[in-house]
Amino acid sequence: MSKLDSKIPPGPIDKKWTDHKGHIRIVAPANKRRIDIIVVGTGLAGGAAAASLAEMGYNVKAFCFQDSARRAHSIAAQGGINAAKNYQNDGDSTYRLFYDTVKGGDYRAREANVYRLAEVSANIIDQCVAQGVPFARDYGGLLDNRSFGGVQVSRTFYARGQTGQQLLLGAYSALMRQVGKGAVQMFDRHEMLDVVIVDGKARGIIARNLITGEIERHGAHAVLLCTGGYGNVFFLSTNAMGSNVTAAWKAHKRGAFFGNPCYTQIHPTCIPVSGTHQSKLTLMSESLRNDGRIWVPKKLEDAQAIREGRKKGRDIPEADRDYYLERRYPAFGNLVPRDVASRAAKERCDAGFGVNKTGEAVYLDFSAAFERYGKQQANILKLENPSKEKIIELGKAIVSEKYGNLFDMYENIVGENPYDHAMKIYPAVHYTMGGLWVDYNLQTTVPGLFALGEANFSDHGANRLGASALMQGLADGYFVIPYTVGDYLADDIRTGPIKTNTPEFDAAEKEVTGRINHFLNNKGTKPVDDFHRRLGKVMWDKCGMARNAQGLQEAIAEIRLIREEFYRDVRVPGKANEFNQELEKAGRVADFLELGELMCIDALHRNESCGGHFREEYAETDGPQQGEAKRDDANFAYVAAWEWTGDAGKANLHKEPLTFEEVKLTQRSYK
Amino acid sequence: MGNMKLTLKVWRQNGANDNGRMETYPVNDVSEDMSFLEMLDVLNDQLVRDGKDPIAFDHDCREGICGMCSLFINGEAHGPGRGITTCQLHMRKFKDGDTIHVEPWRSAAFPVIKDLATNRGAFDRIQAAGGFVSVNTSGNLVDGNAVPIPKDDADKAFDAATCIGCGACVATCPNGSAMLFTAAKVSQLSLLPQGKPERKRRALAMVEQMDKEGFGNCSNTGACEVECPKGISLEHIARLNREYLAATVTKE
Repeated sequence: MSKLDSKIPPGPIDKKWTDHKGHIRIVAPANKRRIDIIVVGTGLAGGAAAASLAEMGYNVKAFCFQDSARRAHSIAAQGGINAAKNYQNDGDSTYRLFYDTVKGGDYRAREANVYRLAEVSANIIDQCVAQGVPFARDYGGLLDNRSFGGVQVSRTFYARGQTGQQLLLGAYSALMRQVGKGAVQMFDRHEMLDVVIVDGKARGIIARNLITGEIERHGAHAVLLCTGGYGNVFFLSTNAMGSNVTAAWKAHKRGAFFGNPCYTQIHPTCIPVSGTHQSKLTLMSESLRNDGRIWVPKKLEDAQAIREGRKKGRDIPEADRDYYLERRYPAFGNLVPRDVASRAAKERCDAGFGVNKTGEAVYLDFSAAFERYGKQQANILKLENPSKEKIIELGKAIVSEKYGNLFDMYENIVGENPYDHAMKIYPAVHYTMGGLWVDYNLQTTVPGLFALGEANFSDHGANRLGASALMQGLADGYFVIPYTVGDYLADDIRTGPIKTNTPEFDAAEKEVTGRINHFLNNKGTKPVDDFHRRLGKVMWDKCGMARNAQGLQEAIAEIRLIREEFYRDVRVPGKANEFNQELEKAGRVADFLELGELMCIDALHRNESCGGHFREEYAETDGPQQGEAKRDDANFAYVAAWEWTGDAGKANLHKEPLTFEEVKLTQRSYK
Repeated sequence: MGNMKLTLKVWRQNGANDNGRMETYPVNDVSEDMSFLEMLDVLNDQLVRDGKDPIAFDHDCREGICGMCSLFINGEAHGPGRGITTCQLHMRKFKDGDTIHVEPWRSAAFPVIKDLATNRGAFDRIQAAGGFVSVNTSGNLVDGNAVPIPKDDADKAFDAATCIGCGACVATCPNGSAMLFTAAKVSQLSLLPQGKPERKRRALAMVEQMDKEGFGNCSNTGACEVECPKGISLEHIARLNREYLAATVTKE
């Protein structure tokens, strides 16, 4: 009964992509001019795709809700981008990047997609360098690398703590070059509110001009959703305020299956919540774990004294500190993958060792790095018997050069100088591995509708490794979709322009205006954010870092109640035909209220722990792996792809079995 | 919640054709840990509950990198404090009882959309005029390490490239000039070997577009550098001037 065909090409894994590219159909240059493609979202995936497709000769319409394509949330990625270049001669290879990613994803990703990702990773760096992306370089003028979690090589390329910004500005400049040529029509401050299906194929979208409120129809031969993840379902996350699931969710309701919605990445190093006014959380890059050591006090009374303000972290002597990641995972230490580091922080805080007022924070401490770098620097400067203070001062300067912008960011938010006091950090929602189900060609279950980057589910399994999101976004946009979309569009060279004065567009537009009018006419009493915060709390408490069956069942019931109340009592001021930010939020929260329920349903059905999905009932109870996630490969080595049936609580489950030909399934150990 | 009480004087303007006016709002329960935008969230929450029109303002990442937030606060772009955007401004910079003036970016080239939100599309058009390296996507480019780039050049190019396109430079400049924004992109690409082949064309095209958009002239007041949240240096304007001059005198 399953409709899922992953279309993984035959042959050995290292030949699949090359053979596939050699055999799929392509569209001749003259015919590309007759084909229109809509790209929704202008982050790394969307910006790269829109630019590349326009270069090839297609007519592209690109959409983003921000006031400029350059502001998509890829811009906020800090740490870096992985690529199997092996510039450091440390044994890296396409295979090792592939292997690390499959293992890091806790064996819940599709092997063929991951291999392709690793294969094109090196091209991405070359492409970005050619665009003028100023990556960090060493004194020889060559590209520099650093390490990220879950790997034992240095393969991460970076541009200080602003790698996402530099890569996005590279993609944006390529996009603007095409805008200047007229090959891309750019629609900023536009939000996609529905996808239009004609004869079973995606043939356009309904979008709202956010300045005038006008509802617009746009036809195309294919629609690419590059709309990012749905972490804002938790209200508090590291996502931008506007990041939302609406485009993906509307596609889901029009027939695109949703893959593994419960796989959420909780990033271990974020600035802790400070109060009820909080609107978002700020990440402190994983790269800091190269040099920062994570700890809590060994003694409960010390932790309590710190929480009550009677002691500071630096008052705790070395012998009384518990570097719990180094203790539990000696092989990877502070650089264990994100899911492992997050759970370990939660475990210590739940046990009463948290170090801020709320009890939900651990230290990220650079004092050892100050000393180490300081000594090195003293040697370089040939200082004889430098004082301890001098060493620390020299060390702080080096750390500042590496991570200065992150330290400044921390001080701005927290109001405490992280050079003098260890940073306090806590896990926060950061990324969603789940997303629209796509086949090897990045096509969803709706023909002509594609999903790229974080919006799809495909490459990271149940946990994403650091510096791999940028890699995937650009791989999909620059190097995958330009080939695979041609195979689909080869049938459309004689179709002619897609008309938008058809019953299908009429119906979709009517539904969109109906939803808008409902909100504006509702005259309830509570603002949109009120409901969003409540949804977020339910999701964080019951579908967050740790989940159990009872909690998930409660969450489903609570979400339904919030949703029902939302439609009854939300107040959206203003009018439809004007700049109306509350109206924008209302539409997004309405979709989060449905998605949240599906996430809980997915988490409830998956009776195992894997990656970011940790079910308390499924943990190792004894042996060296005690307390670690316990997978169930016999029953759950599949992708859960959910089909909308008209009711958020009644989605149909389809399964795509995952077969592993290259990588042997083992318990993921970082000890 | 917090214990600060503030008075806000906020620019309200219902669309580009409205004249606009300052309106006064008391805000209570402000905590010093709040960001400035979270303080506006609190005010908007109250306005919606009271059946009033909330204040429109642009914002997105709220971590100082997307460049979407703006606001002229007490006469300064991105408010008091250096090296930060409005979303990174925290209420601990203010005192209980303060009166705070909040206005949009004011520049002929950035028309007001509503209240504090403005249209900065002119920046995109300057970028589209030449702010790029003309290279297509290709899997057959030379290796990223084929051309070593001196670390100093790479670092300087990076410093220029950190511009977030927020428009604070324009809003701050007494002439409403966009030189710092334009210079940052021209400078980044002219410092890198990949950007050198089309440096002349780029400098001429971007400056031409900048002038077309109605930005004012640069008179080297240096105000832009002071208010730039990313500390983009005036040195880049000097480089743009050199690039532009060289391009003009050798133009065929």
